[in-house]
Amino acid sequence: MTTITADHHGDHAHEHHDADHKPAFFQRWFMSTNHKDIGTLYLIFAIIAGIIGGAISGLMRAELAAPGIQYLQTWAQFSDGPEATLDQAYHLWNVLITAHGLIMVFFMVMPAMIGGFGNWFVPIMIGAPDMAFPRMNNISFWLLIPAFALLLGSTFFPGGTGNGAGTGWTVYAPLSTSGSAGPAVDMAILSLHIAGASSILGAINFITTILNMRAPGMTLHKMPLFVWSVLVTAFLLLLALPVLAAAITMLLTDRNFGTTFYDAAGGGDPELYQHLFWFFGHPEVYIMILPGFGIISQIVSTFSRKPVFGYLGMAYAMVAIGVVGFVVWAHHMFTTGMSVNVKMYFTAATMVIAVPTGIKIFSWIATIWGGSITYKTPMVWALGFIFLFTVGGVTGVVLANGGVDDVLHDTYYVVAHFHYVLSLGAVFGLFAGFYYWFPKMSGRMYNEFLGHLHFWVFFVGVNMLFFPMHFLGLSGMPRRYPDYPEAFAYWNKVASHGYEIMAAGMLIFFVNLVWSLVAGKKAEGNPWGEGATTLEWTLSSPPPFHQFETLPVID
Amino acid sequence: MEKVKSLVLAGLLAFAPALAMNGPALAQQNAAVAAPAAGNETTAAADSASNAAAPAAEAAPAEKVAAPPRMKPTLGIGMPMPGEITLQKQFSPTGHTARWLHDVMLLPIITIISIFVLVLMLYVMVRFRRSANPTPSKTSHNTVIEVIWTVVPVVILLVIAVPSIGLLADQYKPAPKDALTVKVTGYQWYWGYEYPDNGVPEFVSNMLPKEKAEANGEPYLLAPDNRLVLPVGRPIKLIITGADVIHSFAVPSLWVKMDAVPGRLNEKSFTIEKPGVYYGQCSELCGARHGFMPIAIEALEPAQFDQWVLSQGGKLKGAGTATTAQPAAPAPAKI
Repeated sequence: MTTITADHHGDHAHEHHDADHKPAFFQRWFMSTNHKDIGTLYLIFAIIAGIIGGAISGLMRAELAAPGIQYLQTWAQFSDGPEATLDQAYHLWNVLITAHGLIMVFFMVMPAMIGGFGNWFVPIMIGAPDMAFPRMNNISFWLLIPAFALLLGSTFFPGGTGNGAGTGWTVYAPLSTSGSAGPAVDMAILSLHIAGASSILGAINFITTILNMRAPGMTLHKMPLFVWSVLVTAFLLLLALPVLAAAITMLLTDRNFGTTFYDAAGGGDPELYQHLFWFFGHPEVYIMILPGFGIISQIVSTFSRKPVFGYLGMAYAMVAIGVVGFVVWAHHMFTTGMSVNVKMYFTAATMVIAVPTGIKIFSWIATIWGGSITYKTPMVWALGFIFLFTVGGVTGVVLANGGVDDVLHDTYYVVAHFHYVLSLGAVFGLFAGFYYWFPKMSGRMYNEFLGHLHFWVFFVGVNMLFFPMHFLGLSGMPRRYPDYPEAFAYWNKVASHGYEIMAAGMLIFFVNLVWSLVAGKKAEGNPWGEGATTLEWTLSSPPPFHQFETLPVID
Repeated sequence: MEKVKSLVLAGLLAFAPALAMNGPALAQQNAAVAAPAAGNETTAAADSASNAAAPAAEAAPAEKVAAPPRMKPTLGIGMPMPGEITLQKQFSPTGHTARWLHDVMLLPIITIISIFVLVLMLYVMVRFRRSANPTPSKTSHNTVIEVIWTVVPVVILLVIAVPSIGLLADQYKPAPKDALTVKVTGYQWYWGYEYPDNGVPEFVSNMLPKEKAEANGEPYLLAPDNRLVLPVGRPIKLIITGADVIHSFAVPSLWVKMDAVPGRLNEKSFTIEKPGVYYGQCSELCGARHGFMPIAIEALEPAQFDQWVLSQGGKLKGAGTATTAQPAAPAPAKI
């Protein structure tokens, strides 16, 4: 490709005629309307948030490595001053679990999956020059910065017993209303509002782009599955996030203006909040995993050198997951005292989701079946994803049974389950996508050996970290506890060692990242060969600043 | 201009109740924080006086009946065990059914599915590697197999759903009329237990400090000072509520978990099969000391339970000595 960065950037009149004319640094990165640059910004943001969220989980695993309170009180001195009490230390624990959850959900997985890969590759894969609303795309990204700043800043403001919001990522009332005096929780709620607005704008942008800007001949049923996954995700975002916004707005007014939406004393109901939250919260988990499904489909097809098996089934399985995902929310509330009929319904409805999910798993395996596999790093991550997501999925079937959930609800079994589908599902999907598209985005190849090493170290680490949590949960260890009885010590110790291995894996990733960016081999337009059939591989690596000025025509 | 003014006024009015409410709200919080500390002191004093023999008995002055001695927990019963990888041993009928569903249906099924997927994957990974299969096939559809892998999971789920729905129906069977009703209240951060049937007023249950728990031979972080005392073999109906924020009353070895929600009365019925001490922990994030408000049920033989009720100054329901008219009245009608 040509790398004409050009000194004549002052001359904006000519910009539109030059596909590869890049604006100056500030204009390019701070006022960007280019989907690829915004995608890059999202990815950088997600990596930074991931480091912070991952470091917080490191603090938690250090504290949980042995029974007793080891470090919390020392750490509390940073947030609550040198006189920090034991209660403030316990509160700090709740702040850590809250921050870890919110950061990983709203500031790591979502920006990386949808903002990062979605922005980078949805327009290219449908043969569009850019997103439908480039300026809205820009504001979507920049809204995340104040949102993240508010969340991180809330740590230093009173939130009840100590500093920071200690409500859990679910922000249940009345702990989050009458139970948390001080501005910290207000800041966290505003942070969610802003991040939610950012996502809604992004969702509108993706839906408009995908429905209106497909290249000639690119019918909906010819779209790559990654585009399908982002389309379904965007609809979930559009429908779910306003409900979250409403729920947390009522939290704000309950907290500050004397309303009683969630207070039985004033005719409200704490359960109302939970219904509203999980009406958003359950689609949210599919928002996090569906783009991963899309990424895995692309990768499995590419490295098996075979078209995706059962394309329509795959696309409509995602639609089905999206639709059914909206009517199963109260399985998060099995112990709140719902009536038996409600519990039966949500048990049955939840189990239905296993069917489209099963279709996806088997279709991936059938895609590989008869293929000619090359084991490049992205493929290895994708295979890891398929198996670990299966493990996380089947424990979901166990939890779906309302009667069984009575004993597993709010235990480490649940923690194990959702980390298997998110930390080992969504995150494996992210790494798979990152290695897959890294040559395209950066123009350089990553180091294959380090990529494989990263996979194996990370694979061993996360399994050692999260599998024992099933045992802890079955034997009864509740979530969100900074200290635990002696009986839980063994598996907690194993899990904390697993974290150390996982962290070593992440170190390998960053070494690979820096090394590849600086000294990686130059990447060809299509480094993956004949299996890579989507449009991004027809462009140079990295693609020109503006691609498809002449629209491609799909047969 | 007028409009702006009235908007500002409306805003101020909206603020006013919030500002006014802040005062009492804060005061309440302080009171709640102070309460457990006070509870701890008094009960600890009672404990040391009786040297763990009959801790709560001394608190009831009127009756001469002594409380049954504080039961020693049995290792492995009603508590988690070191290195355990499965559910705790169950001591209630629904617990057995539920554990059967998990151990006999769910766990084998999910293990088989996971292994099946793993074996399939390992097979295709080896069989269809590039060196073994240089030319990929072009197959991208097979309606029969797609129908099979849609229908088979549906059948498996139906097989699971039948006992699962049955279990739910079991768990929701309303407690019979003679069930013992106990009111459980979650506070930040301790539990309160009240026996309206027997006229035993509410007493609170705080976590035992580490030295005390170890001295008693009870597991630290699971053992509270005052236990919830219940009879064996008699249906029990817990009425569970929260006083400040949501807590959750959970005892894994009885398959009990029910949220304690302020402003709501949740009901949970179960029967305990064997005498023993069954531990549990608060299972809904409720603030700073969420991890430090354990639960212990002490299940006694009915006679001993009656003795305990009397030692607390309570009345026996339906017994000849009962003076309360309401519960005694329906009894003769049965004869």
